[in-house]
Amino acid sequence: MRVTPLLGLPVATAALALATAGPAFAGGKASPKPRRTIGTAGTSFLTATTVRPGQTARLSASTGDYLYWQFAAAAGQTDQVAVTLTLPSETSRAGAATWTVDVFDGLRRRQACTEGPQTVAAQPGTAKAELHCTLRQIRSWAEPWSSDPLPGTYYVRLSAVGLPDQGAGLPVDVRLRISAKNGNAEPSGAHLKAPLAPAVNPGATTAPEAAPSVEPSAVSSAPKPIQRAKSWFSWPSTRWWWTIGGGVLAAAMGVAGYSLTRHPRRWFS
Amino acid sequence: MIMRRRFAAGLLCLLAALTMFGVPPASAAKATATEPPKVELVLDVSGSMRAKDIDGRSRISAAQQSFDEVVDALPGETQLGIRVLGSRYRYPGSSKTVGCRDTEQISPVGPMNKTEAKAAIATLRPTGWTPIGLALRAAAKDLGAGETTRRIVLITDGEDTCAPPDPCDVARELAAQGIHLVIDTLGLNPNQKVQQQLTCIANATGGTYTTVQHQQQLTSRLNQLVRRAGSTYQKTPRQVAGGAQCANAPVLSPGVYTDREQFGEHRVYRVPVSSGQELRASVSVGLDRRLNPDYGVLLRATSQDGQELVRGTDAGSGRTDVLSTGLRWSDQRSGEPSGQEASASPSASASPAGTVCLVVSNSFSAPPGVRTAPGMPLELTVDVVPSSPAPSGPDLGRGWLLLVVLAAAGLVAGLILGWLARWRIAIWKEN
Repeated sequence: MRVTPLLGLPVATAALALATAGPAFAGGKASPKPRRTIGTAGTSFLTATTVRPGQTARLSASTGDYLYWQFAAAAGQTDQVAVTLTLPSETSRAGAATWTVDVFDGLRRRQACTEGPQTVAAQPGTAKAELHCTLRQIRSWAEPWSSDPLPGTYYVRLSAVGLPDQGAGLPVDVRLRISAKNGNAEPSGAHLKAPLAPAVNPGATTAPEAAPSVEPSAVSSAPKPIQRAKSWFSWPSTRWWWTIGGGVLAAAMGVAGYSLTRHPRRWFS
Repeated sequence: MIMRRRFAAGLLCLLAALTMFGVPPASAAKATATEPPKVELVLDVSGSMRAKDIDGRSRISAAQQSFDEVVDALPGETQLGIRVLGSRYRYPGSSKTVGCRDTEQISPVGPMNKTEAKAAIATLRPTGWTPIGLALRAAAKDLGAGETTRRIVLITDGEDTCAPPDPCDVARELAAQGIHLVIDTLGLNPNQKVQQQLTCIANATGGTYTTVQHQQQLTSRLNQLVRRAGSTYQKTPRQVAGGAQCANAPVLSPGVYTDREQFGEHRVYRVPVSSGQELRASVSVGLDRRLNPDYGVLLRATSQDGQELVRGTDAGSGRTDVLSTGLRWSDQRSGEPSGQEASASPSASASPAGTVCLVVSNSFSAPPGVRTAPGMPLELTVDVVPSSPAPSGPDLGRGWLLLVVLAAAGLVAGLILGWLARWRIAIWKEN
């Protein structure tokens, strides 16, 4: 019985080391101190501004603009997008405007929000509007035919889907915040060889007869042996704790069962 | 000095591109390294700019002050040009034929001489007609053709007095030429008709529209647009023309492409995908004109003989800029014996890599009176990555049931061992 804590110690320290390494690895090359607030937004998928979870984007825009941001999400994460709009003054607004926040994955496929409100109709009297979108938990692997959320780039688009006449072009203050909650990635032990990051460079048409070569992007995104080993010990996976705990319990029960049959008088006296 | 600075900036861009995206194709690196961001401000100096309704000052003086401030705050590498329209002839008073050809460039697109530019801005007096369409064409010519995005910022207070050509049609034409042009528009206290026209111009080229009521607002918006031009101009998609059938479709390698598609048209592209690779494609169709409220876009991956492999689709209604969808597909037949594959599809056995056809179609429609040509802008991204095999079941367990099962197994094992030990000791004692 005394062996267990001794055995548990190195396992726990290894777990801690890997757990601390995990988020840093998932978040990409984290600079020492990322800026807290970003003052820009893109106007298309290709020009979307990168925002890290925990960062805030704040800028003034015009009603009717389509504003794009992108963020990276790792497997197991549940991301939440929150947008606060400070609307133009009452005098310049003619009617209700409907604002919506859409989230797309790296392949520009629409992602569902599990919690909202994703769309808000701002009546002429209101000065503020708040939009939220909580995404589904990112899966570590999915079949190519499914549209499940996968690790990679996610795009956020803020737009006014309904504007009154004379309602376009008015000044509006936008504040966007992205937060992420880590969890266990399903299915466990699986991983996507290349994250769902979109191509951004201009392409090239090739002659139809040209033999397809292996693209540099494909080579560089192929899994390294260390990454494969990491996926086996993919901490923090609670399956490890459950299994280790189960083993310890089984050992204890085994000892108890043995002593119950060998020395029953110690138990029933 | 400027040359050296530009070289340094180019080197930085190249370095950034290299670190961010791996080694790009040689042609792309060259294009991004040499060209600075180019912006042209197009200012309306027609007679109506005399109206004093921007913070109690005339529209032209507010615009002049904002231009001065923008010139002062110009980022080092950005090349800014200034063009005016309606500065020479009187409206009304001069004939339409001369008044509608009235546009001139007061500061060329290039490394800016700030004092000269400011002096030219200060001499502007609002007089003439409003030939917006003509000015946009001239501005596009000023900016030239190239591989990077160019921006035109149009500042006006009145609608075009010289149509035809309708400025909105001109904007769509310019966008269809594939010269990577974005037109942002700013309206100075516009009426509803002007607002509609400016919104139409902006939407046709993927730009933005802003209503300006205060001078400070004009300056900050202009600065924002000029900065945006500097930070987002490099990644422009490659122009491609999709085929009508798979057999004559262009063959694409990973990257971003742009094309045009009319209502009800199908555009087909081919991508080579070998086994063990996964195809990822996405498509965005831009809504650059007035359309009927409900619409959809469909992206299908088919084999060369027309069998559908997978599809991505999205539909919507109401106001939006682009409608997008995407798909993933990987060849899962790698485990099959090669003989069977060869008999199934002779085309696949001829080359080691299979070819997948991407078919883009749409269900857009427009109310009568809206032009259908040129087609709507279409953006296609293609990527080929190693495919990810299906995972096997998990090696470890989780949950209370697991604990109960393990504990019960441990207990039973302990009991059996205990009984065995008792039985053996009893036999040993007997002997």
